[in-house]
Amino acid sequence: MTPTAPSALGPRPVNARRHGRLGVGGVTVNVVLLVATGYFLLPIYWLVIASTKSRSDLVSSFGFWFSSPQLLANLNELFTEQNHVFGQWMLNSLLYSGVGSVVATILAACAGYALAVYSFRGREAIFSLILGSVLVPATALALPTFLAFAKIGLTDTYLSVLLPSIISPFGVYLCRIYTQAAVPTELLEAGRIDGASEWRIFRTVVLRLISPALVTVFLFQFVGIWNNFLLPLIMLQNDRLFPVTLGLFSWQSQISREPQLLLLTVVGSFVAVVPLVITFLLLQRYWRAGLATGSVKG
Amino acid sequence: MSLDHPVHFARRRRARPRIAPIAFLTPFMLPFLLIFVAPIGYAVVQSLQKVERADGLFGAPTTVWAGFAQYARAVNDSDFVASILRVLLFGIVQVPVMIGVALVLALLIDSQSARLKSFHRLAVFAPYGIPGVVAALMWGFLYDPRLSPITAGLATIGIDPNFLGPGQILWSIANVVTWTYAGYNMIVLYAALQALPGDVIEAAAIDGAGPVRLALQIKVPLIAPAIVLTAVFSIIGTLQLFTEPQVLKTITTNITSTYTPTIAAYSAASANDYSYAAALSVLIAGVSFIVSFGFLRLTARWSVTS
Repeated sequence: MTPTAPSALGPRPVNARRHGRLGVGGVTVNVVLLVATGYFLLPIYWLVIASTKSRSDLVSSFGFWFSSPQLLANLNELFTEQNHVFGQWMLNSLLYSGVGSVVATILAACAGYALAVYSFRGREAIFSLILGSVLVPATALALPTFLAFAKIGLTDTYLSVLLPSIISPFGVYLCRIYTQAAVPTELLEAGRIDGASEWRIFRTVVLRLISPALVTVFLFQFVGIWNNFLLPLIMLQNDRLFPVTLGLFSWQSQISREPQLLLLTVVGSFVAVVPLVITFLLLQRYWRAGLATGSVKG
Repeated sequence: MSLDHPVHFARRRRARPRIAPIAFLTPFMLPFLLIFVAPIGYAVVQSLQKVERADGLFGAPTTVWAGFAQYARAVNDSDFVASILRVLLFGIVQVPVMIGVALVLALLIDSQSARLKSFHRLAVFAPYGIPGVVAALMWGFLYDPRLSPITAGLATIGIDPNFLGPGQILWSIANVVTWTYAGYNMIVLYAALQALPGDVIEAAAIDGAGPVRLALQIKVPLIAPAIVLTAVFSIIGTLQLFTEPQVLKTITTNITSTYTPTIAAYSAASANDYSYAAALSVLIAGVSFIVSFGFLRLTARWSVTS
């Protein structure tokens, strides 16, 4: 059997040239790609190598290769330093990101559904308000939120970071357009005729149909909260409440006075990235779905 | 809106759909209005006030109305104006470079000759998942002459890059931002390329367009709306510049407490100068909103006409 010839109806011309027969242009394309990928991976590679080093090797040995690796000893020191504060920071980050993104996703699903299937007075006004707030960036919002929370004495608490994290206007927007596209009105009607309550229809039928959008909202919110810096920086004084990003920053700012924190900041940066990398690799396709909202087929 | 009004169908219990939208909306709207909208209003109010002390520095503080005094102060604050000019310069250089890198990489990965496509895509996108603080810390270590194998390597061939120097630091920050977000923009542009109709590309190829002409004259014009969109979001990001300079500030004295508008607002709040901090954040939020809204209106009109 000979391979089928490229069909005129195919989505793209099939690559007829196989490995080993790249022209000058093809070689250039791949060399440029490899150089670019090297640039993007280099700092991560350095961090992995540096996390395995002893204090003296960190400053004296060649940065891009191992020198008597001692990752376990470093991890042990990282997690015991200052009365186990690093573990507390990781747990705090998990709490802020986990609880914040779960609640944000549920609220966004409900609101998006309401805006998609019911018509009521003021619906478009509410939707415009929500859409407008997608355009107000989180950074610009952190200070006003701080000023308001300072007024009512809510700063320096778990809630001061958690409460602003449960609101995702982008999530509401995404859930609304996804519900409009994925939930047929007839299905809702069938449920109503069968006597199901609105809540039951939402819980058993709608949530399942819009689950891809929910995963996307959850992921973006989770990573957004995990990576947030200004909000916890401005809200929190007590280092026991810090998320890991703020904790690492506080160590970094003390290095000039306490040089032993340098190695711990390096190892801590490495550990802080691990949960994200895992989430990231496992749920890759949802990322792409979210980034390309509506613009990509299948 | 193509969906029908459900109330037409729900004959048996008419009252239900009146309560349902309220019940579904309230759990979101209540915190949204209280924690999201109200603080913006409160910041606007606070920005129109100032704190006066009865007997010099140590008297009891009283809050009084000050009109636009805080805004006048911002406009006349040479450090704040300098911070705006600095992020402007930053944006003029960094945004085109980053979008250019993202576009070239998207076109290369989309090209027929590219091997290991999904590996490259993932590697370039990976920095987006790394917290800004950690990205700035990592690059900070690579800029720091005490630790960096890069400065050490360059020193052996007689180059002293001095990444943290007064003239270089802005571009060292630009490098961190580009590194973090180029992959995100690449994925958006790559998705747009993947969505192009195959027959158009194939017709151009049959007509004898080489891969370079195909990329520049067919693909790039077709994904122009996506390019504009990524550029707009990057410009908005530039206005918010905070994390990277704030983290690098810990290892260099060349980043001041008014280096970017957001750092200036944060510094004002840290110094308990709340009214001024409120005025600065209202200015930053307002400008970001107007820029993004204006661009979205512009691109919406553009995609309708084209």
